[in-house]
Amino acid sequence: MAIPIRRRFADVIAFAFATLATVFGLVWLFWILWMTLRQGAGGLTGKLFTQMTPPPGAEGGLLNAFYGSAVMIVLGVAIGTPIGVAAGTYLAEHGRHTRVARLASFINDILLSAPSIVIGLFIYELVVRTAGHFSGYAGALSLAIILLPIVVRTTQESLLLIPDTMREAGFALGLPRWRVTRQILYKAAMSAILTGILLGVARIAGETAPLLFTALNNQFWSSSLNAPLANLPVVIFQYAMSPYDEWHTLAWAGAFVLTAFILCLNILVRLLARKGKQR
Amino acid sequence: MNATAASRIEEREIPVSHKSGAGADRIFHLVTAGAAWFVLILLGAIAVSMALGGRLAFETFGWRFITSSEWDAVGGHFGALVPIYGTLVTSAIALVIAVPVSIGIALFLTDIAPRWSRSPIAIAIELLAAIPSIIYGMWGLFVFAPFMATHIEPWLADHLGSKAIIGALFSGPPIGIGMLTAGIVLGIMVIPFIASVAREVFSAVPSPLRESAVALGSTRWEILSRVTLPYTRSAVIGAVFLGLGRALGETMAVTFVLGNAHDLSASLLMPSNSIAAAIANEFTEADTDLYRSSLIALGFLLFVVTFIVLTIAKLLLLRINKQMGRTH
Repeated sequence: MAIPIRRRFADVIAFAFATLATVFGLVWLFWILWMTLRQGAGGLTGKLFTQMTPPPGAEGGLLNAFYGSAVMIVLGVAIGTPIGVAAGTYLAEHGRHTRVARLASFINDILLSAPSIVIGLFIYELVVRTAGHFSGYAGALSLAIILLPIVVRTTQESLLLIPDTMREAGFALGLPRWRVTRQILYKAAMSAILTGILLGVARIAGETAPLLFTALNNQFWSSSLNAPLANLPVVIFQYAMSPYDEWHTLAWAGAFVLTAFILCLNILVRLLARKGKQR
Repeated sequence: MNATAASRIEEREIPVSHKSGAGADRIFHLVTAGAAWFVLILLGAIAVSMALGGRLAFETFGWRFITSSEWDAVGGHFGALVPIYGTLVTSAIALVIAVPVSIGIALFLTDIAPRWSRSPIAIAIELLAAIPSIIYGMWGLFVFAPFMATHIEPWLADHLGSKAIIGALFSGPPIGIGMLTAGIVLGIMVIPFIASVAREVFSAVPSPLRESAVALGSTRWEILSRVTLPYTRSAVIGAVFLGLGRALGETMAVTFVLGNAHDLSASLLMPSNSIAAAIANEFTEADTDLYRSSLIALGFLLFVVTFIVLTIAKLLLLRINKQMGRTH
């Protein structure tokens, strides 16, 4: 019994559309990556990593921006990770089935997609306005808030994946609950939690909006976290929006370094995850 | 799956072999519970601080803050109609593009692609979400906007600009920067979010359902449209809302390609503004309390709207989980 031609035709159309949609999605990826590579690779000189951001019309590098970004990311991770792991532990272990945990899990998912610019405004109101000036601390705090829900989520999910027999074995040994969590569950979930933190780093490394009015920017070298701090995303934003060609070149070079860093982290995370699964 | 085992652990008394163990248990419990409360309070604190920061603007302008399109920093009149309109229009364009494409990608990855190619393609699509929005913005400004201005927009203006009703949407000079370009860039950014959820739920449709459809002689398209999509409907709509939440709040990419104009225009080819872009562009320049408060009030509106959209998304996605839980 042959399928009527109209039904077969609809099937072929759907088939073609789905294939085209995938090609459509992939085209953008390669177009964006290719342009970033082409425009940015030319700016990859020694100066990029050894010199400060220049005034308009002069040559220079992005050293202070790289430094500021690195410091704020490290500090953001240092603040966001412990709170995130603790909250994730409550959601998956100590508070599982409680109403608070269910609500917090729900709210956490909303924070995960909340507009990052609003988080920047929040830290502005909370820290910058209170202190009276922009600062690297404020920037790090807003990055920590963006990282937090990512860590909570991955901690919760990786703990939930651990079979209950592991917990029961711990209790059978007479261990108190916190030692079961710390010495058995964290050990089993360690690589998954680390993966989550790495993904979080990849996410906050490119965040621009929350830094615009927290860390602001600084054209000069400053290692003080209590003052406006140069950082890669905001420098890229300002230089790309400027009318100067030298600044455009630097912005593309910065964009290339940033994209390469983030994509490498993402691919590394996936390789680690696959290895974990095979084991 | 192991709910009964888990609750059994829940109810069991913790053996108090070491007295210090019970005390440490309490502390550990309190610390983790405190962190969970912190997450809860954080969301509330963001909402409250936005409301307080925007209070001056809301008190000064009342409803006119939302209904007026006048945005005059010098005269001190702030009406948010243009950014609100721009946000809604660009997000709508983004969904018009992203929804069919994402469902197509999900279908391709679950049914059509050769098995060995599925995971690399899925990862590539997910990498679209990893590219920082500022890179989308730069690419949009330097590469895509000129492309739109030379290739797409003149064609649109010639062929659609003179039509009766939709003509107004496509009139104006082809400058590349504007709502259409911003909407397309947003659409690309939202695709990975919708596609990954759609793919996940498509592949979780119980195989007896699909097999019955095959046994009845269905074509692949009929399986998708009559079995897969109805079965996963609430999750797919949830994914669309998730994408909408992302699109509404996206800042940097839009800031680059939207043009920061405060005029209301029907044409999609004209520059406009969005809530997030207005905040990003103007916040550090806001020199009066009222100006700053108006921008924070915009942030408050954005936060409330995305909160509602994301809540709907989450509720719809929870529903499919329950449904899947029951059928398995």
